[in-house]
Amino acid sequence: MNSGVSDLTVWLVIVVLGIGTFLIRWSFLGALGDRDMPSWVLRMLRYTPVAVLPALVAPLVVWPAATGGQLDPARMAAAAVTVAVGLWTKNMISAILAGAITLFGLLYML
Amino acid sequence: MRTARESFWRGAVQSLPFLIVMIPFSALFGIVATEAGLDVAQVLGFSVLVLAGASQFTAVQLLSDNASVVIVILSCLAVNLRMAMYSASLVPWLRGATGGQRAWLAYALVDQSYALSIQEYERHPRLGMPQRLAFFLGVAVVVCIPWMIGSWLGATLGRAIPDDIALDFAMPITFLAMIAPMLRTPAHLAACFVAVAGSLLLAGLPSGLGLLIAAPVGMAVGAIVETRTARRAQA
Repeated sequence: MNSGVSDLTVWLVIVVLGIGTFLIRWSFLGALGDRDMPSWVLRMLRYTPVAVLPALVAPLVVWPAATGGQLDPARMAAAAVTVAVGLWTKNMISAILAGAITLFGLLYML
Repeated sequence: MRTARESFWRGAVQSLPFLIVMIPFSALFGIVATEAGLDVAQVLGFSVLVLAGASQFTAVQLLSDNASVVIVILSCLAVNLRMAMYSASLVPWLRGATGGQRAWLAYALVDQSYALSIQEYERHPRLGMPQRLAFFLGVAVVVCIPWMIGSWLGATLGRAIPDDIALDFAMPITFLAMIAPMLRTPAHLAACFVAVAGSLLLAGLPSGLGLLIAAPVGMAVGAIVETRTARRAQA
């Protein structure tokens, strides 16, 4: 690093972060083995993907980094079209295409 | 019943759309990291050992801001904590997998491999263990290896890649497209809506923290709605 951070420091971050991230990913899969989880836990876990992934991207939709965090009608519309087409067709590829066409179409027109 | 080999290819083919995002995004990491002063070996060290896009960008950003090592590591681990939820949610589907299998699954457990695999397992609950593992491996190979190659290319070729418009939005679109077909019941819709609202309300919190509060609340709401619906159906 040129900004006063030594190579050793960078490698320290890489190795510790690598091990830590692996342990996070391994946590339940590795430590829990084949033990049964309580039914209320299983019921909650069923909603992991539909809660985590949309919540991860929601701030990026509403306050995109590309516009410096300003609301952007093209990106909002693209996200809405993607979700609507995905709900309607149940098809990921159609939803991606519809979202991309909306985004580039609107960016071009606006 | 399809074979493990067919499951592998199915996973690999379904992951192909991610490459549209993955390759430029990984090259961008290589470029940003090189500009911050990392050498090619360190860029690859991040992409091979850490293998988690958002936290890699966070680490490089904080390192070039001269943040302390402890802050860099803690912030990045916070960004990655959501993967503990992925890990827990895969347990019911992967019971019976060996220790070695669990280790490589954990290594390759990223947003994309998680989302596509859980979608496949839910849609085809009768798949056997070899098919489940093979599908995950197919996704992991197509998603993870280009990530490593792309960041290496970015670090070596640098500025030859144009900073395209609107590429920032490829990730939100692919994730939303993946999730929308999974919103089958009122419980799924409720979980999604509450988690999104929560993450927007908590967006001011430091990296990753809002998500770690909003997502479990959404999941709990999903579980509650499911229980209520089941009770109403019985009554």
